[in-house]
Amino acid sequence: MSEQNNPRRAFIAAAGAGVAGLGFTAIAPGLHLMAVAQAADATTNSPAARKAGEAASSAVRWGLLVDATKCAPGCTKCVEACHTENGITEKMPDARQNSQWIRKIELVDRRNGRKTELPMMCQHCANPPCVDVCPTGASMKRADGIVLVDRHSCIGCRYCMMACPYKARSFVHAPLTEQNPEVPRGKGCVESCTLCAHRVDKGQNPACVEKCPEGAMIFGDLMDPNSAISKRIASVPTTQVRSDLRLDVGVRYQGI
Amino acid sequence: MRNWLFLAVVMAFLAQFAWAGDQANSRTPKPVIEIANPGKCVAPPEEMRRNHMEMLKHQRDRTLRQGIRGEPVTLNGCIDCHASKKTGSVLGAHESGKGGNFCESCHAYAAVKLDCFECHQPKAKFKAAGVMPGVKP
Ligand code: HEC
Ligand code: HEC
Ligand code: HEC
Repeated sequence: MSEQNNPRRAFIAAAGAGVAGLGFTAIAPGLHLMAVAQAADATTNSPAARKAGEAASSAVRWGLLVDATKCAPGCTKCVEACHTENGITEKMPDARQNSQWIRKIELVDRRNGRKTELPMMCQHCANPPCVDVCPTGASMKRADGIVLVDRHSCIGCRYCMMACPYKARSFVHAPLTEQNPEVPRGKGCVESCTLCAHRVDKGQNPACVEKCPEGAMIFGDLMDPNSAISKRIASVPTTQVRSDLRLDVGVRYQGI
Repeated sequence: MRNWLFLAVVMAFLAQFAWAGDQANSRTPKPVIEIANPGKCVAPPEEMRRNHMEMLKHQRDRTLRQGIRGEPVTLNGCIDCHASKKTGSVLGAHESGKGGNFCESCHAYAAVKLDCFECHQPKAKFKAAGVMPGVKP
């Protein structure tokens, strides 16, 4: 991930910001998206809960903005929050087999040694390669942009893990018994960040966003020009990691 | 058409026997079905016995793929209401020593093997205790 050294980085970053800016507001000149019923609650800055019986709607696109300049070195609160929320408790003898829905990574600019840390997780692409390659249709994108594994049809082939450019997915290697009721997970299936879909549907922010002590993460609706996340993306330069792949990701970074 | 009607009548007739065995001193062994919480199921018991698997399989797609929440049928709902008061679980042995807890009783009896609980937590209101330590960068 040492993109810092890449001479094309400036270009990629610029292109990323361009794509980010295209995602919302103007459909055509003079034609704008109307405010969506499910827009975020401006006071608490958490998404509005969906009514019982209502399906996720494509009028919403959930996204996450990580301000890497605020992300504290060595802090893993978001990772711990994720593990607690999603009941990720198992420790494999080989640590590489542990499930990992979110991880901290460090970028080093080799020219001057400047270090940047950021959390990396499923980027919730609009054009997800994991969905393209899945042979059973288990890898899927919900109408509101959340990319999920439907573990009811996952056969554990791990093709999606190979396809993902962000190494965002894990495979469960051992039987589990300590699942949280709201987050079923089990041996033989691939899993990854769900943007805490079970919380978002209740009108709460994802656990990592809620527990970040620096307030470095904003969650919200990328389609709503008045959401905190859209306003931030409209006002500061933000990056889509590997924007060259044109996956149109839902997780954006500021300050990398 | 006539044949089908006839068949339906015969089936309805036989079905009466299938579950008439609540009365004791029947010679056929019966699964122990303990209802932990009084109240109303999401559908009448006759319908639940026959169709709960279809309801659940239909619902899981609605919830997971379409994101629809808060509908009457939810697996966590079944578990919350049907978990044994003693063990808090819908699986495992029943405290009477005969048969299993709610979701296990009939399934053991009818030799149905479920994989649902490899992922779904069989204990109502369970809270995972430990937390895997954070992976340092
Ligand atoms: C490999 C793991 C796995 C297995 C096995 C599994 N599920 Fe699920 N199930 C999930 C996940 C993950 C969800 C999504 C939870 C959420 O977002 O609320 C889910 C959600 C559901 C839901 C909607 C949520 C709820 O509480 O109602 C139902 C219904 C459901 N599953 C039924 C079943 C049934 C019935 C079986 C067995 C035939 C089964 N599942 C087996 C992983 C699994
Ligand atoms: C609010 C509590 C409640 C919920 C939720 C609930 N049930 Fe029930 N269920 C009951 C009660 C009470 C009975 C007994 C009803 C009777 O005998 O009239 C029952 C009966 C049943 C029976 C028939 C048992 C027999 O006597 O043969 C089945 C099968 C069943 N439930 C399955 C389920 C499933 C599957 C779900 C989840 C979709 C579920 N229930 C959700 C309370 C509940
Ligand atoms: C009244 C007895 C009874 C009870 C109680 C019961 N089941 Fe069942 N269940 C059955 C029978 C019988 C079958 C098999 C039907 C068949 O093979 O067509 C079955 C099948 C299923 C299946 C489909 C299995 C498969 O592999 O296709 C699921 C899922 C299921 N039950 C879930 C539950 C859950 C969850 C509970 C507890 C809330 C429960 N059942 C309680 C009798 C029961």
